[in-house]
Amino acid sequence: MLMLEARPQPSKAMSAASPLIALALTAVIAALLFLALGKDPMKGLGIFFVEPLNGLRQVSEVLLKATPLIVIALGLAVCYRSNVWNIGAEGQYLLGALAGGGVALWLTTHGIVLPKMIAVPLVLLGGVLGGMAWAAITAVLRDKFNASEILVSLMLVYVAQQLVNYLVFGAWKDPQGFNFPQTKTFDASTWLPTLLTGTRLHVGFLVALAAVALMWVFMFRMFRGFQLQVGGLAPAAARYAGYSASTSLWTAMMISGGLAGLAGAMEAAGPLRQITPHISTGLGFTAIIVCFVGRLHPLGIVFAGVLLSMMLIGGELGQSRLGLPNALTGVFQGLLLVLLLACDTLIHYRIRLRRSHLAPL
Amino acid sequence: MESEQALRLQLTGLSKQYPAVRANDKVSLRVKPGEIHAVLGENGAGKSTLMKMIYGAVRPDEGEIRWNGQVVQVASPAAARALGISMVYQHFSLFDTLTAAENVWLGLGKEITLPEVTARIGKVAAAYGLDVEPLRPVHTLSVGERQRVEIVRALLTSPKLLILDEPTSVLTPQAVEKLFVTLRQLSADGCSILYISHKLDEIRALCHHCTVLRGGKVTGEVDPTQETNASLSRLMIGAEPPELQHKASAAGATVFAVKQLSLPKLDQFGMNLQGISFDVRAGEIVGVAGVSGNGQQELMAALSGEDVRAAPASITLFGKAIGNHSPRRRRKEGLHFVPEERLGRGAVPILSLAQNTMLTRTEAVNRWGWIDTGRVRLLAAHLIARFNVKAGGTQAAAKSLSGGNLQKFIVGREIDANPKLLIVSQPTWGVDVGAAALIRGELLKLRDAGCALLVVSEELDELFEISDRLIVIAQGRMSPSIATAQASIERIGEWMSGLWQEGQASEEGQASAVGGPAARAASSYAGAAGTGEGEQHAHA
Amino acid sequence: MNEIALLIAATLASGTPLAIAGMGLLLNEKAGVLNLGAEGMMLVAAIAGFAAAFTTGSDTLAFLAGAAAGGLLAAAFGALVIWLNTNQYATGLAVSLFGYGFSAFVGVEFVGKKLAERSAFEVPLLADIPLLGPALFKQHPMVYLAIGLMFALIWFLYRSRAGLVLRAIGESPESAHALGYKVRWIRLGAVIAGGALCGVAGAFLSVVYAPLWVEGLVAGRGWIALALTTFATWRPVRVLLGAYLFGGVTMLQFALQGAGVDVSSQLLAMLPYLATIVVLALISRNPAWIRINMPASLGKSFHPGT
Repeated sequence: MLMLEARPQPSKAMSAASPLIALALTAVIAALLFLALGKDPMKGLGIFFVEPLNGLRQVSEVLLKATPLIVIALGLAVCYRSNVWNIGAEGQYLLGALAGGGVALWLTTHGIVLPKMIAVPLVLLGGVLGGMAWAAITAVLRDKFNASEILVSLMLVYVAQQLVNYLVFGAWKDPQGFNFPQTKTFDASTWLPTLLTGTRLHVGFLVALAAVALMWVFMFRMFRGFQLQVGGLAPAAARYAGYSASTSLWTAMMISGGLAGLAGAMEAAGPLRQITPHISTGLGFTAIIVCFVGRLHPLGIVFAGVLLSMMLIGGELGQSRLGLPNALTGVFQGLLLVLLLACDTLIHYRIRLRRSHLAPL
Repeated sequence: MESEQALRLQLTGLSKQYPAVRANDKVSLRVKPGEIHAVLGENGAGKSTLMKMIYGAVRPDEGEIRWNGQVVQVASPAAARALGISMVYQHFSLFDTLTAAENVWLGLGKEITLPEVTARIGKVAAAYGLDVEPLRPVHTLSVGERQRVEIVRALLTSPKLLILDEPTSVLTPQAVEKLFVTLRQLSADGCSILYISHKLDEIRALCHHCTVLRGGKVTGEVDPTQETNASLSRLMIGAEPPELQHKASAAGATVFAVKQLSLPKLDQFGMNLQGISFDVRAGEIVGVAGVSGNGQQELMAALSGEDVRAAPASITLFGKAIGNHSPRRRRKEGLHFVPEERLGRGAVPILSLAQNTMLTRTEAVNRWGWIDTGRVRLLAAHLIARFNVKAGGTQAAAKSLSGGNLQKFIVGREIDANPKLLIVSQPTWGVDVGAAALIRGELLKLRDAGCALLVVSEELDELFEISDRLIVIAQGRMSPSIATAQASIERIGEWMSGLWQEGQASEEGQASAVGGPAARAASSYAGAAGTGEGEQHAHA
Repeated sequence: MNEIALLIAATLASGTPLAIAGMGLLLNEKAGVLNLGAEGMMLVAAIAGFAAAFTTGSDTLAFLAGAAAGGLLAAAFGALVIWLNTNQYATGLAVSLFGYGFSAFVGVEFVGKKLAERSAFEVPLLADIPLLGPALFKQHPMVYLAIGLMFALIWFLYRSRAGLVLRAIGESPESAHALGYKVRWIRLGAVIAGGALCGVAGAFLSVVYAPLWVEGLVAGRGWIALALTTFATWRPVRVLLGAYLFGGVTMLQFALQGAGVDVSSQLLAMLPYLATIVVLALISRNPAWIRINMPASLGKSFHPGT
């Protein structure tokens, strides 16, 4: 029978291979699911994994959707490596959208037109601060009250969603908007500059790449990053070394809150150019999956972000072209994460075949 | 084969292979009914694995087990119990939040009810002089009391073979005597006993027969009463125990002083520290003896800086008050610490040796927080070479090293930092004899170079071997200090029960020095006049 | 006064799914397993229960379907966490995300569908007592079953040997393993039982409480149930009372709106979540207290033979 045997050293090869194996298994199950739904499995897989890259326009859409995923996931990687389980990135993302969008809205309604070089960074800064402020609530409750950051950050997601509704149905509603729950469209001076003409891809993508580089340096070359990871791997060793658990907690939460807020502002001032209830699409949760599939590593997160973005777009294409329900994407993403965690076991354990009567307990 | 049929337990050719090591290699063992049989070996010799196979927790790869002459397959601990084999672990399998009776009940089958168990506990306890209060929650019991609960649990299964794994590591010398009385009575009643230990004196005092293991193989089957410590040692490690050069102490000025250190415990499972005072001078080793659970953990945390609640002036380094300084600040001031847990506290298991150096050595980090990874690797390589650490390179994960090698690395990391004061907790716990000798030698070298050392250890022999002065911690309080040359095992044993008088050490200054370590050890267990049973209570 | 009676009745109904899920999670946690997948389990159970009720018209089948769905997902979670030793937090989260997506996918054809009308339940005689009657005795049987469940759980945990074994495993799986107990199988059993209870709670939401299906129907109650076990310091009675407390806060928003209080509905909708945060902060403040009551091995993985 099969049994697991601990490896003396975590396997680097499996660390890289595990997401690929999980992806392959997901594809197999997806194919079976397509069959069960009466669709051609090859067409279905093609829609999810090939179509989204078909042409420059499509690729730009993939990168566009990948941008916020990558940015949020980078922050989550810092958190999870520190054993700070920030699940509420969606809430921090929404507050970033509200704060950054709020800046844009204020400029718009007051008729202030600033040069793009000033307006856009202001909006993005607003987003960062908004996300950080929302994350600070979780941080202070964990730091001073020992309250589980998992539950607090999650509850704050629901609160944030209601806050968005409250504002777009109320104080921030566009008076000329035919009573739809939406804000005024932001003034063009606050829009993120387009990167590739003819597409919706904006400079946020470059910001994301810059963030990738910065996070890599932080995690692997900065002492603070090292401290956070020791705190996550062995809290007693961190105490022995004299690393402050409180500082690590705040660092992790502020980085992830700030990045999630940045992503929110980029979405509000990028593709959306206004705030509506549709700004909450669960990107903050998808980013969690991106984070794990990307091995909590900045470079891995880029690939994982592109992959999951493809799946999101594939889901939309699948709906319009094959009549598949959009909810299928959620199934595949959840499946991918579950299978990934299962495959990750192979990083720390080997599978051995043992003759049954000698199997240890 | 006249005695073959009469053997209680016979192991023939038992082997067990783990991925990195052959834990047991064709081990054979013979135990007669009513015999107290020692299994002697240093840490890592394969004793635990062998016991696990006898007890059914692990299956052998090859070999045969005979019980009362019949070949058996011990498939699980329950099967072992059904045969009549019972085990008392070194690290107790007790549940703190449950009562003693509930703990014992869990160790038995479900055919018996809790009230019946409570009654039987009373009977067995009386029969063997094991004092146990069935209705007390285990977390309120002292370490010695917990061991008694474990033993009672084992005895309630009416065993024909009782296995004891390093039972005396948590007992005062006086309590050890009491345990031996119980064991001799069990043996007289026909129960065989397998006594796992690496303590030569105990085995020679208690056991009828002894099997010696080294590197997974049997190196000898002897009658310990006919052997000397030296001959047993030769079987155990292939040579005589290495002689340590212990030069006369040339202690200098006081480096480290603790004055009236008092700290309330952090949770209900801890121990309050009360008025602890002692000092350590340059060029000397002060050894802290004490049964585990008497405040060592709390004291270490206060001294290392992991606990910063102490009144600042209660801990001073070169006269400077440091009681509330963080560990990093204390290191800058020259205080380094080696904790007793290697994996998880002294080192992060899955990080490399190179990365693990950064826990306490930050020379490779510049003031902007940038890590010079090349320099980190150089330091790790230097430590590996200087302290003879067997590892797969600087990138090897800490958990891939053996206990002894990792301990050499961690102790070496702190010694290499040229501390003014080095505090070490359990320097050679779970470490093979070769590494233990190297570590003790390095500590002595450091002392000779003028460093002040504080060593906490539960191995009295080790403390007697390397310390210049001894102090004893008991129930959160600290005894006066006594020069090692003037201390005896009995005296220290009494102090481990808290039975010292303030200022007693100064009286002892007049007493004549007892002989060297061998003579001290020889007098240790023979006829120790019991001043009470020497039990420790781990709760305030 | 009648409004108060109705408020109490609504509170009982609203608190019941939280109580049942909370007690299921309590079972998990007493064994040492932290199940962040509760929300996902409740969601798949909700759609399974709704689908069963819609196609067969039977409440009983709906609850059985819910329990089965919750138990099945819990079994998958248990296999990963107990045998493959995956990180309990990440795996639970993954299960919740999967459960959300899967329930949304399966539920696509049930959105907007209505269940058959059901007759109002009444406890005979007691329901006619003025005030107390409408407050307490006009509930769906599941509400009373939840209370019964609490008593059963107390008996199981504190008066039975099996419960003792479970608590021992939750405190120290290594010691239990050394004594020969099949720790992993027992833990799996606790996880599946807990998942089935979460499933019953989920089915209650979609079949009795709402009763309808939309994506994300559970709206975070799985997470609140998790907070509940901490808030209740792992005692069954407190889980039940805490559940009613949260149920009451949830109902408060409607009561306030009905009383004409001029607060926006979205702000009122935040109440249950804010209440959870406040309660968590208050209860977690004393780490020593938590440490005494919390099963010591909660959230940590167990490797036999190490």
